[in-house]
Amino acid sequence: MGLAQEHEIHKRRLGRNMGVGIALGAFVILVFALTMAKLKDGGQIEGFDHQYQTPRPVVTQ
Amino acid sequence: MTDIRTDTYENEAGFGDFFALLKPRVMSLVVFTALVGLLVAPGGINPVVGFASVLFIAIGAGASGALNMWYDADIDAVMKRTAGRPVPSGRVAPGEAFAIGITLSVMAVVMLALAANFVAAGLLAFTIFFYAVVYTMWLKRWTPQNIVIGGASGAFPPMIGWAAVTGGISLESVLMFALIFLWTPPHFWALALFMKEDYSKAGVPMLTVTHGRQTTRRHMFAYTLALVAVSLALALSSIGGPFTLAVSVLLNLWFLKAAFIVLRRDEASARSDGYKAEKAMFRVSLYYLFLMFGALLVETTLKSLGLGGW
Repeated sequence: MGLAQEHEIHKRRLGRNMGVGIALGAFVILVFALTMAKLKDGGQIEGFDHQYQTPRPVVTQ
Repeated sequence: MTDIRTDTYENEAGFGDFFALLKPRVMSLVVFTALVGLLVAPGGINPVVGFASVLFIAIGAGASGALNMWYDADIDAVMKRTAGRPVPSGRVAPGEAFAIGITLSVMAVVMLALAANFVAAGLLAFTIFFYAVVYTMWLKRWTPQNIVIGGASGAFPPMIGWAAVTGGISLESVLMFALIFLWTPPHFWALALFMKEDYSKAGVPMLTVTHGRQTTRRHMFAYTLALVAVSLALALSSIGGPFTLAVSVLLNLWFLKAAFIVLRRDEASARSDGYKAEKAMFRVSLYYLFLMFGALLVETTLKSLGLGGW
């Protein structure tokens, strides 16, 4: 009985926790989206020696 | 123990109170101007990176707002307009506001550096420092020129947006900065003329109080003249075009007229019609900034269709 008592303050705390939770979740999604975007058009991220289209300078010399 | 004491928590903050610390209304202006700066910059940006950049600029600006509310809680408590803010009303503890401000500032700057580049992140860090330390801690309580110099922090966002794309600073981004910088004094003093807040009670020197209301009217007109020059220069710059120039000329005539009416009035006639002209000028100033930046955005769109630009 006493333990199950709900007060307006509990609602406010739930709202606060939900808000922080959603904000953190959104941040995780955003960092993931940023990673994908950077990987997609980031030529510099992949090491030069891992690109198989162009031979390494060492090989051609 | 038959019940749980809740009366001591009646004043506990909800999520909205923490959000209010970030000054959402100021943030909306920051989002808009940063977005325009980002979109008119040459080169283009990945949409995800662009979105993230604007978001972190907004969070950085919000964080400086939280630091401002932490430091200014004593002033805010005295003035009617600000007494209901989260810290002076007791819903958020000063320490919490400070912690949120610092944490979000660091997070926003680091994330902007990772998402965009170090120039944009450096400008954001400087903006936060300028607003929270230079304006809030040094200037606000010391000089009636507080809002003039402090206005610089509100003027940085389009420059940061521009830097996020180009990685640098250029004439165009400086002109966008100057536009907001020179717009702030007439905008804010128009408000100060009719709001008549008790700044003197709060110990904040306002030009209207320290140098009188007639001097304020003259200062407003002078800044408006300088604003006209910058606005026209912006319309003639590489991000402007015939459309922007036309909008700029019309807006400048409109704003000049409003400022001239305010300049020619004395306090008695202003009081007799309930500060009608001052309120009108304040309204026009809002339209002015929104439409000027809107025109730059339209010009960029026209340019991509092969129509606008010089």
